[in-house]
Amino acid sequence: MAIQLKAGMRLRSQTDACEVVVVKAPADAVDLRCGGHALVAAGEEASPPGIEVGFDGGTQLGKRYADEELGLELLCSKAGEGSLSVGETVLEIKGAKPLPASD
Amino acid sequence: MNIAMLLEMAAEGDPERIVLGPHDGGISAAELLERARRAAIFFTKTGTEVVGYFGLNSDTLPVALFGAALAGIPFSPINYRAPDEQLRGILARVAGGMMIADDDEVERLGACGAAHVITKGELAAATSEPVEAEHPFVDPEEIAVLLFTSGTTSEPKAAILRHRHLVSYIIGSVEFLGCSPAEAQLICVPPYHIAGMAAILSSLYAGRRIMYLPTFDADEWVATAAAEHVTHAMVVPTMLGRILGAIESSGTSLPALRHLSYGGGRMPLELVERTLRDMPQVDLVNAYGLTETSSTIAMLTPEDHREAFASEEPAVRARLGSVGRPLPSLEVEVRGEDDSVLGPNEKGEIWVRGEQVAGEYVGNTVLTEDGWFRTRDAGWFDDAGFLFVEGRLDDVIVRGAENISPGEIEEVLMAHPAVAEAAVIGIPDTEWGEAVASVVVLHPGAQATEAELQRWVRERLRSTKMPCVVEFRPELPYSPTGKLLRRVLRQELAEANPAGGAGS
Repeated sequence: MAIQLKAGMRLRSQTDACEVVVVKAPADAVDLRCGGHALVAAGEEASPPGIEVGFDGGTQLGKRYADEELGLELLCSKAGEGSLSVGETVLEIKGAKPLPASD
Repeated sequence: MNIAMLLEMAAEGDPERIVLGPHDGGISAAELLERARRAAIFFTKTGTEVVGYFGLNSDTLPVALFGAALAGIPFSPINYRAPDEQLRGILARVAGGMMIADDDEVERLGACGAAHVITKGELAAATSEPVEAEHPFVDPEEIAVLLFTSGTTSEPKAAILRHRHLVSYIIGSVEFLGCSPAEAQLICVPPYHIAGMAAILSSLYAGRRIMYLPTFDADEWVATAAAEHVTHAMVVPTMLGRILGAIESSGTSLPALRHLSYGGGRMPLELVERTLRDMPQVDLVNAYGLTETSSTIAMLTPEDHREAFASEEPAVRARLGSVGRPLPSLEVEVRGEDDSVLGPNEKGEIWVRGEQVAGEYVGNTVLTEDGWFRTRDAGWFDDAGFLFVEGRLDDVIVRGAENISPGEIEEVLMAHPAVAEAAVIGIPDTEWGEAVASVVVLHPGAQATEAELQRWVRERLRSTKMPCVVEFRPELPYSPTGKLLRRVLRQELAEANPAGGAGS
């Protein structure tokens, strides 16, 4: 099920503790999932389905998960056990090219 | 997307890490979040429309900043050095706001029209008990910070930074908890400067402990840096020279110091070179940014510094005077008067576009239709994409039909071995419209004459750029945020050299 994303949206996984903030949103709706199931709006209650096999790699706090081609980027604001994916394709961690401190 | 999310993540990722204050007895991430939560509830209860902060840096500052963020109320740190008249104007513009103030500022604030003032001690007392409450949902479009930009003569503009601008900037440029708990940042930049705000956000998100030095004193800076094993610091140009002097005269070494960033105004090249020479183990970063762009938009990295310093090639060496390359998350262009995009080595105005660029003031946005912000800074790119900033466009001297950038002449003057600092301004001239004048500070014990320096400039630049006046002074006027107060000099020199008498 595809959902329309918007930068700043906060979403949470149904299957585990993972929470994300949308950093970059594609123009079209996206079939965004965690643990194999659709994410819901942060704060929404849901009865947790089990994490699907193959989507149990987990997410890490502070990492960014992206699909450059789609123009999608998410920041993990709470870690969890499920993996983020678009459809069946697991999202990669966007390599941090950390800049030197400037402030 | 709320800047408080940055604190929430830090508290989640490493709750016990000391993020504020001294290594022994400082405040942990979890504790800072708790204090901010309590402050948020308190601010909401007061019904205040703006949370103002009027005082020196202290532990209260991050608490108030994040507390306001959690409550969805704009936060506005205000220049405590503003003269009364300017302060009255600012307070009128944040009427309905609550000022958190140092004890010794309460009376003045009241006299200048602040209706609701609370001391830091009173805020601490009001938030000493845990509270159970929900924080409201805060839209990323909400205003996070209101900053009155350094208008040194005219009324300051209230620059708006929304949550999404600041959060984009931080998550795009800082690695979450990328620092070890041993890292510590010494902050001496005032709270009302964008760097003061950005420093809190970036240090916290990176996991770097914040150590405040509320008032700058070079000896105290060095002593604090030594005692607290400070690894990082941000300095404005006027501070660095004094710090180097204090290190030398006190014989203190700073083995923990590994990173110095500077910005806020142009850093004299020889000071950069001296730092590279005297402290080769320290990484230097020149950060160029504006209030309206959530701080840094371009930086000269430590590698850039070292490569330029070591190079025999003039073009590469010259990069020490640049502000480096734009951040990857932004677009920066140099454009001509007709708004066309210019190529390398062509001077124009610096334009910038990106998620972190707010370009907005209370009452109006100054972004172009397609989201570009005009910095009013003059500059150019070299062939390798390094950006050079040559001063405010409104400081450009117009002499005859020629636009003259004071920065270019100042650089040449400062290259003279006797010259420590130089300011170049335009003064009225009946024949030319404006004449080029300069004020110079010599190194202690050094000597130079007006004629000598004029010849020096003439030999290196066109004769039209030679200052008709060279005035010698013990020091130049700077704002507390490191900006050369050219307008002040312009006025003084214009009076001393009435138009038509300047010759050239």
